[in-house]
Amino acid sequence: MSARGTAPAASRALPLRAELRRQLGRRRTRLSFLFLLLLPLLLVGAFALGDGGSDGGGASFVDLAQTGAPNLVVFTLFASTGFLLVVLAALFHGDAVPSEASWSSLRYLLTAPVPRGRLLTVKLAAASLTTLVALVVLPLWTLLVGLVAYGTEPYRGLAGETIGWADFWPRLAIAVAYLFVNLFFVAGLSFLVGTITDAPLGAVGSAVLVTIVSSILDTIDALGDLREALPTHFQFAWAGVLTSDVDYAPLATGATWSLGWALLLVGASYVLFARKDVLS
Amino acid sequence: MRDRLGLRPGRPGRLVAGLLTVALLAAVAGTAVALTGDDAAVDAVSETPGEVRGRPEPGQGPTTLDVSVFTPDATVPGADADGRRPAVLLAHGFGGSKDDLADSARRMAGAGYVAMTWTARGFGGSGGRIHLDDPAWEIDDVSRLVDALAARDDVRLDGDGDPVVGIAGASYGGGAALLGAAYDDRIDAAVPAITWSDLEQALFPQSASPVPYGDRPTGVFKQQWASLLYGAGLGTGPAGAGGSAPADDGATGDAGVPVDPLGEIPDGADEAVDELLCGRFAPAVCRLYRGAATGQGLTTDGRRLLARSSLTPAAVRGYTAPTLLVQGTRDSLFGLEQSTRTGSLLRDEGVEVDVRWFEGGHDAGGLTGVGDGGDLVEPALDWFGTHLGDDAPPAGGQDGGEVELTLPPPQLREDEVEQRATDLDELLDPATTEVKLLGDPQPVVSPPGGRPAALTSLPGLSAGLDLAGGLGQGYALAALPGATAVFESRPQAETLTVVGAPTVDLTVRSTASDATLFASLWLVGEDGTASLPRLLVSPLAVPTSEDLVRVQLPASTYRVEPGQSLRLVVASTDQAYAVPSDPRAYTVALAGDENLTLPTPRTTAVDSAGGLVPQPLLVTVGLLLLAAVALAAWGAARARSRADSDPDPASADVPLVVDGLVKEYSNGFRAVDGVSWRAERGQVVGLLGPNGAGKTTTMRMLVGLISADAGTVRVLGREVGAGSRVLGEVGALIEGPGFLPHLTGRQNLEAYWEATGRPRADANLDEVLAVADLGGAVDRPVRSYSHGMEQRLGIAQAMLGTPDLLLLDEPTNGLDPPQIRGLRGVLRRYAEGGRTVVVSSHLLGEVEQTCSHVVVMHRGRVVLSGAVEDLVQATGSTLVTLEGGDPVGAARLLSGLTGVESAEAVGSDQVRVEGPVRRPRLVEALVREGYAVAGLDGRRQLEEVFMGLVGGGEPAQLPASGAGGSDAGAAR
Repeated sequence: MSARGTAPAASRALPLRAELRRQLGRRRTRLSFLFLLLLPLLLVGAFALGDGGSDGGGASFVDLAQTGAPNLVVFTLFASTGFLLVVLAALFHGDAVPSEASWSSLRYLLTAPVPRGRLLTVKLAAASLTTLVALVVLPLWTLLVGLVAYGTEPYRGLAGETIGWADFWPRLAIAVAYLFVNLFFVAGLSFLVGTITDAPLGAVGSAVLVTIVSSILDTIDALGDLREALPTHFQFAWAGVLTSDVDYAPLATGATWSLGWALLLVGASYVLFARKDVLS
Repeated sequence: MRDRLGLRPGRPGRLVAGLLTVALLAAVAGTAVALTGDDAAVDAVSETPGEVRGRPEPGQGPTTLDVSVFTPDATVPGADADGRRPAVLLAHGFGGSKDDLADSARRMAGAGYVAMTWTARGFGGSGGRIHLDDPAWEIDDVSRLVDALAARDDVRLDGDGDPVVGIAGASYGGGAALLGAAYDDRIDAAVPAITWSDLEQALFPQSASPVPYGDRPTGVFKQQWASLLYGAGLGTGPAGAGGSAPADDGATGDAGVPVDPLGEIPDGADEAVDELLCGRFAPAVCRLYRGAATGQGLTTDGRRLLARSSLTPAAVRGYTAPTLLVQGTRDSLFGLEQSTRTGSLLRDEGVEVDVRWFEGGHDAGGLTGVGDGGDLVEPALDWFGTHLGDDAPPAGGQDGGEVELTLPPPQLREDEVEQRATDLDELLDPATTEVKLLGDPQPVVSPPGGRPAALTSLPGLSAGLDLAGGLGQGYALAALPGATAVFESRPQAETLTVVGAPTVDLTVRSTASDATLFASLWLVGEDGTASLPRLLVSPLAVPTSEDLVRVQLPASTYRVEPGQSLRLVVASTDQAYAVPSDPRAYTVALAGDENLTLPTPRTTAVDSAGGLVPQPLLVTVGLLLLAAVALAAWGAARARSRADSDPDPASADVPLVVDGLVKEYSNGFRAVDGVSWRAERGQVVGLLGPNGAGKTTTMRMLVGLISADAGTVRVLGREVGAGSRVLGEVGALIEGPGFLPHLTGRQNLEAYWEATGRPRADANLDEVLAVADLGGAVDRPVRSYSHGMEQRLGIAQAMLGTPDLLLLDEPTNGLDPPQIRGLRGVLRRYAEGGRTVVVSSHLLGEVEQTCSHVVVMHRGRVVLSGAVEDLVQATGSTLVTLEGGDPVGAARLLSGLTGVESAEAVGSDQVRVEGPVRRPRLVEALVREGYAVAGLDGRRQLEEVFMGLVGGGEPAQLPASGAGGSDAGAAR
């Protein structure tokens, strides 16, 4: 009689593979990645246009970016840390649940049935995976572009110090890993707002807004050590791996703060979503 | 209980989130409080001003020192049974007074010490003259202050007249602290900061030594700094008697020298002029400065004076006080080498010595950069805490020897200075790295008058220049063409951490009898940018007779990164120093092995706050992690226990039982108010009601999308909640279809089925697509679909896997009449196999034609339910429309017929007949009596009720007419 049979265990509902298939075909995802691929090309083009801007002083950050592929990678990461990566992470995480709500497909997923916790877990995993892929693709692609545009010169810092290729790879890996962990706050906040409001714009917007406010507060010296709690305070700590003797304390502290915020925000989204009346 | 909690949806969740947020904020606030310390204890400190007699100055009578004692509140811990506490002496810098230290003293007292500050002789409200921390004067004063502390009844004693006391001070006060501890062995601990060890070397630095070492000739006068100090000494006004503020009488100096109000130079004896020119400097000090500043060099008397105020091997003998040497890296007045010298002397004497080099010094805001307060309080509290307390180890012969140092911040992290550590033995006798320098002998011109002069630093004001230096602009100002010799290394392959003073051997030839040169070591990047670490230079004054000189370059701490090279710059002039005024030409060449010897001691990274991550943060986040894991485990366990619970035996075989369902929204509106009904196998149940009756809310509760405030929904005996596994038996279309617009119809169905996690073979995809009847459109993206196509695909999706219970909310929306007709057949056939279909609609006709059973809802309640056949066929009312004639008469006629319960006239031409009467009989009877029947409207119960609802007519009657239905609770 029961041709359809009882639903399988919760852990088998909505496999990650299925969720990725739902998200990857989207224009939003494709445009984001397209832009990431365009970014280093834009930078190289802009440098080529703005030729001869050097004013005789010491080497500037932009001058250095044209030294070689590793420098272009570091410059690109530096340029995108404050805003671009924040927006991308907010987009991937903040839109995960609201997009289903706006397509009205959320209710069908939930009645498939995909348990609510399972739904959030898979959505979060897919969004994080997408963010991670973006974070890996950006430097690797930039490296490729840099190799073609500026050659294989090893990384050179502002003080003229160099980091050989063999040494550069693990450092780049640490920088990317740190950037990923540092984005947990943005990811958590946009995910929470998206989950409770079903508004993708609100989710992305709130994460970006909080990031901006946090950056402003971070410039107020009077706040002292309290600023360490700000989600953007350790944003650029990854640049520390480009010194010869790496101090991991800021990286570890920044990562811990980010993890703490993310636990709080993501935890809240699970608790709230479990009891939410789905009206979309 | 669950109902109570659920009354306001989401509230418990928000509560949990709120509590978690509060917990984290509390942790942050707690950290902040821990950082700012206990202000209350500091506020409760009381200050007592007083005077201490010092050794009288010749010709001035008694000399008093202006003193303040800061005592903590009795409740502050640190006092012994007699209320006695350890004491600290705090000494101020050159040109200052005890007032500079009031804040520091309060904080020391707040930490449980009796803190004494005083104004050094020659300054502020104290009497006497400035002797540059001479053991016979200022240092003798320190002993008298120790006497004064010993006489107090609130200071702990080591013995008779010997208080437990530590001394701390910076710069001039650091000299007082160091020499005070050297000359008075009652002092139990010392923290001298940014101060000298050898005063001659500080003011007349000599960085060259003949090789092999011999007596160094006098160095180069540090004119800029000396003039600043002279100005600071003059600024305190003419020498005055002690005890009162100086120069409060403008017309007459305290020494009786007449000063003209218009500022004319006084006539009179040379002494009077001396008084004016020397301010409160002691005559010998004044003579020393005047001689040096006018190019007469340093006399033997002058050297002797400076030696008295220095830490000599003789002075160190018997030194026992454990000492923390705090020295700044950015200090062109008292460089790091001064603290190295002190450390070496004290180490040889067996004294416990720690060294702390911080990023700062006289060129960078003094003590700014030391500890949290930017003063000596933090290091002094650390040091005195372990050396003055009850459990302090006995002084002397201790290990100590810890060295903390800082490296300049990396370029990308401007505000973060790197902390490293080594030990004193390593610092004094470091491992070295030899770096080959390249460069031919070069001529260097020393211009007449010493101008133009190279600019490396502006003593005391280097912050601005440092910025330029950091950006590579400084080199052009420091290496003047023709007046500079340059030697450079190849780019380095490895990182070198330089800590201390590099050395290099040079030969210098001069057209005069001697040569004055300034050596500095620059870091050069691959792009040619040169920077001078900490903007320090080493002056050397060598007689030309010496062939080979060993030059000690400025002691500093920095890193040489791979790719950088080192550049030795030897210049003939420097803005901050006195240079010969006669023009000369020098030749500077590398000598010996032509190597630069860099001190590269082993250093280890210092983890700030004892770990990579602050402890409270780590604990908070750790707890959060545990809470998250616990929450996840609890949620999973609850879901499992629900899924494993046995079905309710009474309804185990009933596809759907709705019992007492209530949903109240947060604004108080009851959308569903006690709804009960059931759907059996084989039935097509219509959920009928006008818009807003609560149909969709009920549907959403049936599949757990929204939670019920009361009541239950059971499918096959299992209770339905959010994400219940039994929902796998239910296919649903609720409030329109929902598809991913970028996928095709087929892909959407596949994606949906994939989300259920069940095998693909169970989906019956092809059968379902046949129902949707989309033709070729099935492989086009859904965003191109019409409303009807999406609707059909939605119905198809609900039928995927042929679920036992099919819930369709307004399924005919957007369908055209042939499609609606087709759907009716599909649904009827679907139910025939023993499955159940529930269709909601606001159209009576649709329900009548599609459904076997009906549940009528209105305003959140069930007003009627039952088999459609019964409700249509059973007792109803009939409305007869006459063409002309008398409705009242007709009513009278009809009421006589059997089966007619009542008949009454309605309006001018209608008669309403109630009762189970066959309608042909009604017509027959009327026609027989001559009535012309225009129409006959058989209104059945279902229609009657429903028309009443949608027509808005007679709403008051509705509950009455529907009462039986709502209580029946079943549509059998």
